[in-house]
Amino acid sequence: MISFNQVHKRYPGGYEALKNVSFDIAEGEMVFLAGHSGAGKSTLLKLVAAIERPNSGSVLVHNQNVGALKGGALPYLRRNIGIIFQDHKLLFDRNVFDNVLLPLQICGFDHRESGKRVRAALDKVGLLRREKSHPIALSGGEQQRLCIARAIVNRPAILLADEPTGNLDAAYAREIMAIFNSFHQVGVTLLISTHDESVLQDGGVRRLTLKEGVLL
Amino acid sequence: MTRAFAQHFGVLRAVLRRMFASKLAGFLNILVIGIALSLPAGMYLLLQNAQGLVAQFSGTPQVSLFLAMNAKAEEVERLRKQLAQHPAIASAEFVARAQALEQLKQSTGLADLIGGLEKNPLPDAFVIHPKPGDVQALAGLRDELAKLPGVELAQLDSDWAYKLEALLKFGRLAVLILASLLSLALIAVTFNTIRLQILTQRDEIEVSKLIGATDGFIRRPFLYFGAMQGLFGGIMAWLIVTVSLLLLNLPLHELSQLYASQFMLHPLSPGDSLSLLLFSVYLGWLGAWLSVARHLSQIEPR
Repeated sequence: MISFNQVHKRYPGGYEALKNVSFDIAEGEMVFLAGHSGAGKSTLLKLVAAIERPNSGSVLVHNQNVGALKGGALPYLRRNIGIIFQDHKLLFDRNVFDNVLLPLQICGFDHRESGKRVRAALDKVGLLRREKSHPIALSGGEQQRLCIARAIVNRPAILLADEPTGNLDAAYAREIMAIFNSFHQVGVTLLISTHDESVLQDGGVRRLTLKEGVLL
Repeated sequence: MTRAFAQHFGVLRAVLRRMFASKLAGFLNILVIGIALSLPAGMYLLLQNAQGLVAQFSGTPQVSLFLAMNAKAEEVERLRKQLAQHPAIASAEFVARAQALEQLKQSTGLADLIGGLEKNPLPDAFVIHPKPGDVQALAGLRDELAKLPGVELAQLDSDWAYKLEALLKFGRLAVLILASLLSLALIAVTFNTIRLQILTQRDEIEVSKLIGATDGFIRRPFLYFGAMQGLFGGIMAWLIVTVSLLLLNLPLHELSQLYASQFMLHPLSPGDSLSLLLFSVYLGWLGAWLSVARHLSQIEPR
């Protein structure tokens, strides 16, 4: 599903974020991406969604070389990938419902179908009763769950999460991980970056560890 | 098909809501565009009316042939035959000097003044209706007729109409220049409005790109906004021109009655009105398009 082959990523200015990274993730697999801040976890996730491009090596998603994708094809790749951002990237000028509606508007879903899907996604993350609230009124954990609802409303085959439990206390973090486990059970491919040891203790989950841009 | 239509309609509705979310700012923009467009549109309208006036008078050009005061009857007779056979002349009508004086009395209401004259100051004359031809041909005919024996003066009656026509040509060019400049201003206004919008919606654009929005999807609301703003600006311009015209027509009516005339300014024709609206929609769309092309590519998610 996701395949890195000898990937190098150097940012302008010379900083080497990833060095010779190779790995494969099978369809329906759940993988943790571990490592300290600055180890290159975010960069790796950005390469999957073609937010950044590799300097050398190849990034394959769905057997598509993402690094060589033309600008016009990018949107269609990203529609198949749900991304949970470290900084949430919620829109504060609209309510919870409309935040989750955005991906469906982008794909051109009709009105009634959209409404159903948005409520299903909100129900899944336990925010159904907050649909009229504005994101500013939500707690950190709720904002995180809203971000998850937006990432999954489109039912993508791949879910990327960048430090999803970063600022949450242990109870909230467990809730979020439970949600991810439920997606894993229905066959979604998950790549979750974290430096949270309590999350990484979750037994039986494959772990990729980055250190200073090198995969251990 | 209906889904695509519904989607576009949804965008349009969102755009209108945004446009009138800030009533004053939206209205001011529309007012600026309306005023900018109403100037060339109003001047164009005045020119159209002046042109109508010219056409009324210059539709049948005439050459007036004034004979010498001492012209004899046989000379007149010879001229009449010459004129009747001339290939460029459709018809020639003799106006005797006594008859001319009588006409002058009746048509101008200066009977008292004319009655006080000791003798008739008017010469015999021919009013000549030439066959249709261009300005040069008519001028040539006039020069030829002026050389005929017994003729004192040949005058092309539509001369002033041609002069006015030349003046109108100048006016039309002035309107064209003004319209071009103000169109640029309109594009600039829209460009800037859209630029500010793109800046304030930076987050939304960035997130949309990250979750798979095509450039078309992101561009659409801005283009619609530009076009709608252009449309409302065009409607504003039409209203300004039409109301100004109605206001001008009141004193103009009094004035033209004093001259026993029925001259009125005609409003913009439906065709011209439609052109005005389409043109302003196009300019708004173009301004938005330029702005989007310039600024949207600068927002790349990181």
